[in-house]
Amino acid sequence: MSSYYESEDLKKFGDIGRHAGPLAEEFFKYYGMVTGADGALTRREKALIALAISHSEKCPYCIDAYTTACLETGANPEQMMEAVHVAATMKAGITLAHAIQMNNHLDKLVL
Amino acid sequence: MTDLFSRELERRGIALPPRAVDTLQLNITRRCNQACRHCHVDASPARTEMLSAEGVAACLDVLERHPQIGTLDLTGGAPELHPQFTQLVEGARALDRRVIVRHNLTVQFDGDPATKQPMDHLPAFFAQQGVEVVSSLPYYQEYFTDAQRGSGVFSKSIEALHRLNAVGYGVPGTGRVLSLVYNPVGPYLPAPQASLEADYRKALEQQFDVQFTNLFTITNMPIHRFRLHLEKSGQYAAYMDKLLAAFNPAAAGNVMCRDLISVDHLGRLYDCDFNQQLGLHLQRDDGTPETIFDFDPARLLRRSIRLGDHCLGCSAGGGSSCGGATV
Repeated sequence: MSSYYESEDLKKFGDIGRHAGPLAEEFFKYYGMVTGADGALTRREKALIALAISHSEKCPYCIDAYTTACLETGANPEQMMEAVHVAATMKAGITLAHAIQMNNHLDKLVL
Repeated sequence: MTDLFSRELERRGIALPPRAVDTLQLNITRRCNQACRHCHVDASPARTEMLSAEGVAACLDVLERHPQIGTLDLTGGAPELHPQFTQLVEGARALDRRVIVRHNLTVQFDGDPATKQPMDHLPAFFAQQGVEVVSSLPYYQEYFTDAQRGSGVFSKSIEALHRLNAVGYGVPGTGRVLSLVYNPVGPYLPAPQASLEADYRKALEQQFDVQFTNLFTITNMPIHRFRLHLEKSGQYAAYMDKLLAAFNPAAAGNVMCRDLISVDHLGRLYDCDFNQQLGLHLQRDDGTPETIFDFDPARLLRRSIRLGDHCLGCSAGGGSSCGGATV
């Protein structure tokens, strides 16, 4: 069975403009402005945020791209792993926070 | 077929004539106490190549006759393993030349692979001669450093740096220059030099009480041992794409080969140490190799620099040279 995710396909990211060129152009301009330069956050900080989101969104392309981007902006493996833990705790916290909804409903159901 | 670098220069209308011969970089031996995974020289304890005594004399003679060559840059292998290393340094310093030694740190403890005689006299010798020390430390943490240079190298390097600091190297106000060299531990580009230098300074001072003067970031060259690794791991094409995509015209204009001549253990001349390892020696009009034994700066300034795909390593991003980033 072929895989949905091939490393080689990362190069085809630019092809998302195939049927909507102007929209892709606007997206890439925005993407470049946000991630490609230091702003209120450094490029390194942005790369670490992107790495965390890559994990929480489970995007293999992004994990590859932002692992490299983190190294190329000077992040070290401890910082990268800690960013993944931030994503993991957010996921866990969000899951657990929904227990409030469960408990609310439980309170409603129980006599 | 035209190489990728030349094609890019042509497309952008960039010419790279030599500018000067102000640095003589000697690769005096390929022998090294280490065998690093990225080494473009393929240096190791098993290598035997050494510049001859005649070659050493010819280099000192060239320095004496050509005062415009202000810098002697000694590399290898581990240049300290050459039997006439001391003589070469003393000779060049007596001629009042700036001398740079590319010192791998661990040779202080490992010494010559054959004799195992440690070379712990080196920091004092460097200080006494007033040489500038340039030392590879691929990262400020053990993980990356040992992955690239071998198990135990990081802790040994830190100890060697303490010894250099003890004689004033890297300590502000002493005038003793200690530059560290970062290079990526894989097929990616270095982070910006200034920000990485700040990270190194903070980590090395706080965690290891180590001082240094500045940090050079160097891009890995896709040749020899590193190229083999890229090919074996299926990453060669992607790395070349990355270097090409990061082509920086300003960095291309500042490539070190415009101001430097590299010399091999047989006395043959090259545009740089990378060309030396690829066997791209300089030739006279009659096809014979240019050598240190027949050194003519005027003729060398008329040469065409020999270019190849690997030159993209010097022009990517912030640029790369033996002195770090170039833009």
